[in-house]
Amino acid sequence: MNQKKNSLNRLKTKQLTLGYDNKPIVVDLNVAIATGKITVLVGANGCGKSTLLRGLARLLKPRGGMVYLDGKAIYKLSTKTVAKRLGMLPQTPVAPEGLTVRDLVAQGRYPHQNWLQQWSAEDERMVEEALTITAMKELSSRSLDSLSGGQRQRAWIAMTLAQDTDILLLDEPTTYLDLSHQVDLLDLLHELNENKGKTIAMVLHDLNLACRYADHLIAIKQGRIYAEGAPEQIMTVNMVQDVFNLDCQIVPDPIAGTPMCIPIGRKLKSFSSLNK
Amino acid sequence: MTKQWLIIRLKGFPVSFYINRQVPGILLAIALLTLAGIVISLGYGEYQIPPLEVIKTLLGLETTNPDYPFIINTLRLPRILVAFLVGTGLAIAGTIIQGITRNPLAAPGIIGVNAGASLSAVSLLVLFPNAPISILPFAAMVGALLVSLLIYFLAWDGGSSPIRLILVGVGFNLIVNAITNLMVTFGDINNVSQALVWLAGSVYGRNTEQVLALLPWIGIFGILALLLAGELNTLNLGDDTARCLGSKVEWQRGLLLLTSVALAGASVATAGAVGFVGLMAPHLGRQLVGSSHQGLLPVAGACGGMLVVWADLLGRLLFAIELPCGIITAAIGAPYFLYLLIQNRAQ
Repeated sequence: MNQKKNSLNRLKTKQLTLGYDNKPIVVDLNVAIATGKITVLVGANGCGKSTLLRGLARLLKPRGGMVYLDGKAIYKLSTKTVAKRLGMLPQTPVAPEGLTVRDLVAQGRYPHQNWLQQWSAEDERMVEEALTITAMKELSSRSLDSLSGGQRQRAWIAMTLAQDTDILLLDEPTTYLDLSHQVDLLDLLHELNENKGKTIAMVLHDLNLACRYADHLIAIKQGRIYAEGAPEQIMTVNMVQDVFNLDCQIVPDPIAGTPMCIPIGRKLKSFSSLNK
Repeated sequence: MTKQWLIIRLKGFPVSFYINRQVPGILLAIALLTLAGIVISLGYGEYQIPPLEVIKTLLGLETTNPDYPFIINTLRLPRILVAFLVGTGLAIAGTIIQGITRNPLAAPGIIGVNAGASLSAVSLLVLFPNAPISILPFAAMVGALLVSLLIYFLAWDGGSSPIRLILVGVGFNLIVNAITNLMVTFGDINNVSQALVWLAGSVYGRNTEQVLALLPWIGIFGILALLLAGELNTLNLGDDTARCLGSKVEWQRGLLLLTSVALAGASVATAGAVGFVGLMAPHLGRQLVGSSHQGLLPVAGACGGMLVVWADLLGRLLFAIELPCGIITAAIGAPYFLYLLIQNRAQ
């Protein structure tokens, strides 16, 4: 697994342009998702970070340029081949009523199955493993509707784990979760990266959590990369001002030492100018 | 480990699948209820035959009356088999449509597939009364296919979306039914009365040839539906998730829609528009075995068969005159549909 960390970046784009209808949202973007690392995309609402993630997962056809997976144009590969290497959890996915956790997680095996081979021993092993890793085994016969938000999100993650891909993309996986469940989920993703060597790329809204968990941070502004690098390098007052249009101070996180953004806002504007 | 699943794997062959552990038991229970309906139905009529004699005759054993085999096997059995097959076909078609549209209130009868079959059959009966009756099923089938293709293409906008499929389908259902009404209103009265009986959905007077004509459709496309059960599960998670899992969403949805149209079209072609079966049976199935399609499709199919067998029996038992089974299913189905709507709103 560790060898892959050193190998070339497996997922990248060249001059990628994405958009809905006639409006381009991501323009001429060149980005590489660092293999074996956790990459976090940040940016203001509507900046194109989710669009980029959807483009990377070939959910959105490029207007121009291309996404490359293992050196090949992603559309040249069969959909199942891609799904064996790259998994993605869309933002707030919905499950049909009454679906049990195990039914859902079993769905993750789809790219490994065919009409006749619908439940191999390997399928069963991977599903059990995914349930164990996400601590969902006890709840596996419960229906998804009956779970809390945090448990439900873990069930979805278990599904993408059962898919057994090296690369995992997640679109705002912590939305609608309270703080303790957000940390719990990010810890789980961190462990997957550490122990299983998974390459993870995700969109997060919380800058401080992004800095704590990201190896590589990509700040996006109006469909272009404003800055990318280790959180310590790119998390600056200027960056937050330019990308989020927000005045702030950056201090080291007292626990982790990673950069922490303290927003100022209108309420304290007078206070901060007094301090200067 | 996986207590709620029954896992089947062939040694040495790459064949494996799983179903909800309750499925075989529930299928057996439905089969028994259906068989009971069939035996009562076979014995009931102008010429009453006791249930034991019915069973003996079916098994080919010696009976007290040498006329029984003719009455049962030739006169009464085909009609009941048609009822069962039609119910099964409509139910599986409905389960597929509800799966691909992710809408529990959708069914072939609601998005215009049945209406298409009805229109072309009624047109044939009213405009070409001299045409041989044997081409009626083909006409109905072509009608169902044409309308569903039209719906699919009109709902297409860079991709097929479930919600557009339903909206365009409901619109088509109204338009096509209006044209059918026009036919019925202005057609020759003798032809129209024949069309009306057909429209209500009836298995009256069906013969062995019609059973044999329907059987391959239900058999082949029923099995295809079962093979596609995993695809339906995946589509049910939403287009994005399905695509991420490697499903060729448009292709699978198209294939499933065609399967559904073949099942519904063949059923409507044989027995007319037996209403609400495609809506009710999937819900009964889901309450029995949950929403995983490997188990749901066979159970819903069996429920549909049972429903129409009993509806046909009740239509003959309850009143002095014989009511078409489609009227009975509508009488049960319409309130059930309202109940579902109210329940849906409550959530």
